[in-house]
Amino acid sequence: MSTVFIAFQKTEDARGVIDAILQDNPAAIVNEQPAMVRIESPEAITIKRATVEDLIGRRYDLQEMQIHLITLSGHVDESDDEFKVSWTR
Amino acid sequence: MDDLKAAKKLGLKERYALMTRGLGWDTSYQPMDKVFPYDKFEGIKIHDWSKWEDPFRMTMDAYWKYQAEKERKLYAIIDAFAQNNGHLTLTDARYINTLKLFITGISPLEYMAHRGFAHVGRQLRGVGPRVACLMQSLDEIRHVQTQVHSMSNYNKYYNGFHAFTHMIERVWYLSVPRSFFDDAITAGPFEFMIAIGFSFEYVLTNLLFVPFISGAAYNGDMGAMTFGFSAQSDEARHMTLGLECIKFMLEQDPDNLPIVQRWIDKWTWRGTRVLTLVGMMMDYMLPKRVMSWKEAWEIYFEQNGGALFNDLARYGIKVPDCIGQATVDKEHISHQAWATFYQYGAAADFHTWMPKPDEMDWLSQKYPNTFDKYYRPRFEYWAEQHKQGKRFYNNTLPMLCQVCQIPMLFTEPSDPTQICYRESDYKGEKYHTCSDGCKSIFDHEPEKYVQAWLPVHQIYQGNCFPADADPSKPGFEPLPEVLKYYHLNNGRDNLDYEGSEDQKNFTAWRDLATKN
Repeated sequence: MSTVFIAFQKTEDARGVIDAILQDNPAAIVNEQPAMVRIESPEAITIKRATVEDLIGRRYDLQEMQIHLITLSGHVDESDDEFKVSWTR
Repeated sequence: MDDLKAAKKLGLKERYALMTRGLGWDTSYQPMDKVFPYDKFEGIKIHDWSKWEDPFRMTMDAYWKYQAEKERKLYAIIDAFAQNNGHLTLTDARYINTLKLFITGISPLEYMAHRGFAHVGRQLRGVGPRVACLMQSLDEIRHVQTQVHSMSNYNKYYNGFHAFTHMIERVWYLSVPRSFFDDAITAGPFEFMIAIGFSFEYVLTNLLFVPFISGAAYNGDMGAMTFGFSAQSDEARHMTLGLECIKFMLEQDPDNLPIVQRWIDKWTWRGTRVLTLVGMMMDYMLPKRVMSWKEAWEIYFEQNGGALFNDLARYGIKVPDCIGQATVDKEHISHQAWATFYQYGAAADFHTWMPKPDEMDWLSQKYPNTFDKYYRPRFEYWAEQHKQGKRFYNNTLPMLCQVCQIPMLFTEPSDPTQICYRESDYKGEKYHTCSDGCKSIFDHEPEKYVQAWLPVHQIYQGNCFPADADPSKPGFEPLPEVLKYYHLNNGRDNLDYEGSEDQKNFTAWRDLATKN
């Protein structure tokens, strides 16, 4: 299975999303680079709204992620509760 | 009473369906084929536009909201950077030359992408892609604006930023990125989607706006960091649009496969050639480097592109042949390109220099198979010549590739000591290309590429002098006249970094910034 990745700006707002990814995707690996954070995972990366909300202590719309997102690879499946990147469909 | 009940908020998928598909209609006064005249002539067969799957379910209202938020953040950062003389916190003023290449060579492409997507959005009859193209068209004009605004601060203090809209249509090396877009925008709407949605976004921007921009941040440029990452957050949407378009064409009809394969082969190679400039920016023009060009290529092209080609294999798409050459080239092209710009530094709108000894050591370490063997001796020789007051400038114009328009600077994949060129005959004339990839593109559409506006040919034909120049006058000097035609200030915008006005000013201002 091909690796997928997603990258965010290294900002305070993105931290909640990054922590949520690490909590929900045990295979994910963080790679810190100047001004950005790149997360790789062997199969898929799923971002769960509920986890982000738990971590940041407020309501969160997954589309807010657009503000801190830099890039990603894989197919995207987006709903109100989950944002998933994977090469399988 | 029913209409007094508060309706439950719609889910994302329903909202998306209503705000895109729900807004489209088929025409009845005029046949659809007359309203959408361009989406069939390329031979792509679409049977059911409703099968288009939208990866990001972004609706127009959400789009405005998040884009406005991105803009507010971006302008706050740009203002703070300018207000606090952020340019003096850069590692070294050599860095600024990457921005000159950016504004002259890349930003005008963003504007062309804006026009291209407005056009293609109008021409595709499916509602899903039309809405996505509309958003992309708006994104692209945002990118050019934020880049111009961010770099205007540098324009107040440094040379070479003053004439990018004029230069893109004239300057020799800028014809490389420009011809890429000219090629794309003169193709049909589906080919444009592969050229830009796949090659430009997926192949090119992931390398330019991710590792290079991370490098800009590493060198202290908050302006470039914010416009770069802000743009790339839109590109994530653009890339998925390009990929969706490829999948959609392949799923709609098996006859589409050979057409799509040819476009993927062509545009992968066109994108790879343009990336030569980015390779050079990363390895030579960033005073502090995050990773080498080769490393960035391996992560963002080989690994990421490999995953994509694995996925497309199910439709019968093969990995393009040119990848074999690109894999060899990744250890060479940045050095070859920088060597070329160094030699032609008198005709460039930015400064060039030879790497310092510690920078050469970094290159040896990052390129153990090639740098010491093929490039270091030449670079040390040039550095030595410069020290003796004999800075080398090449005064003979190079031959250009008829397709990518890059000077013949690349070497044979099997022999890095031989310049690579290929020859084609068309209607009794000879045409030269830099590689098997570019030759194959030329041979498939010669009528298109024989029309290429090649800067070197144009100079030799006398088409690149100011109106008042008289080449028949005794003692006529062509180079200064060409520079005038480019709006390039000779002795100020060009030549070596060492001794430049930029270097002197930066040193003096930084001195003022750090002590009383």
